[in-house]
Amino acid sequence: MAEAVIKKNRPKHLNVTQIRLPLPGIVSILHRVSGVGLFLFLPMLIWLFGASVGGPEQLDTYHAAMAFTLAGIPIIKLVLLGLMWAFLHHFCAGIRFILLDVHVGVDLPAARLGAKLVLAVSLALTVLIGALVW
Amino acid sequence: MVKRLVVGAHYGFRDWLAQRVTATVMALYTVYLLVRVALMPTHDNAAWHTLMAGGFTKFLTFLFALSLFYHAWVGVRDIWMDYVKPLGLRLALHVLTLLALIGYSGWMAQILWRL
Repeated sequence: MAEAVIKKNRPKHLNVTQIRLPLPGIVSILHRVSGVGLFLFLPMLIWLFGASVGGPEQLDTYHAAMAFTLAGIPIIKLVLLGLMWAFLHHFCAGIRFILLDVHVGVDLPAARLGAKLVLAVSLALTVLIGALVW
Repeated sequence: MVKRLVVGAHYGFRDWLAQRVTATVMALYTVYLLVRVALMPTHDNAAWHTLMAGGFTKFLTFLFALSLFYHAWVGVRDIWMDYVKPLGLRLALHVLTLLALIGYSGWMAQILWRL
């Protein structure tokens, strides 16, 4: 049988404080970060959804949760705004990755433009939707 | 020329495809929900309840939830595989993730079919 493991001695430089990520790299790592955030807050999101469609009592706890403040800060609404950004970034970056899969926007200038668009559009939509529903 | 021997469990392609299919289902549902919310006669809890209690929307919402949980399974498992090297710990995290997501599926079914 042929050798399955090919060992190569390549130089390694993995100091995260020194690596300067290019823009598409930032979009990529934020795709992962936003996915983790959405996953961790799933119980909260499902609970809020259930309460929002529940009976009068559940609706009361839903409104209380949304109005809940910590040191004057509406903490749950703020978390939801953060998750809204996470969703929008994950959504936009996901569309970009699917386009890359079908070889759209693969060369460097297009890849950089796409990355800029993903960052800008998801931030702008977060501000817009946040202002609409806050 | 580099001679390469491809080895592995061969679930890579299936997961790659599943990740894109579930993402598409979720994106289409997002558009559907935005349109339905925009078309609500009034924007209050009663109209929201009526929308979510509708049979067709209920079916689509559950499909969205299942897509989301499968998508999360593939994504989170990839993260454990990237960063957690001790096999026992990785296995435990895989099982916990899977159990949580199966639980969320039941929770969503219970929320939706109580309406």
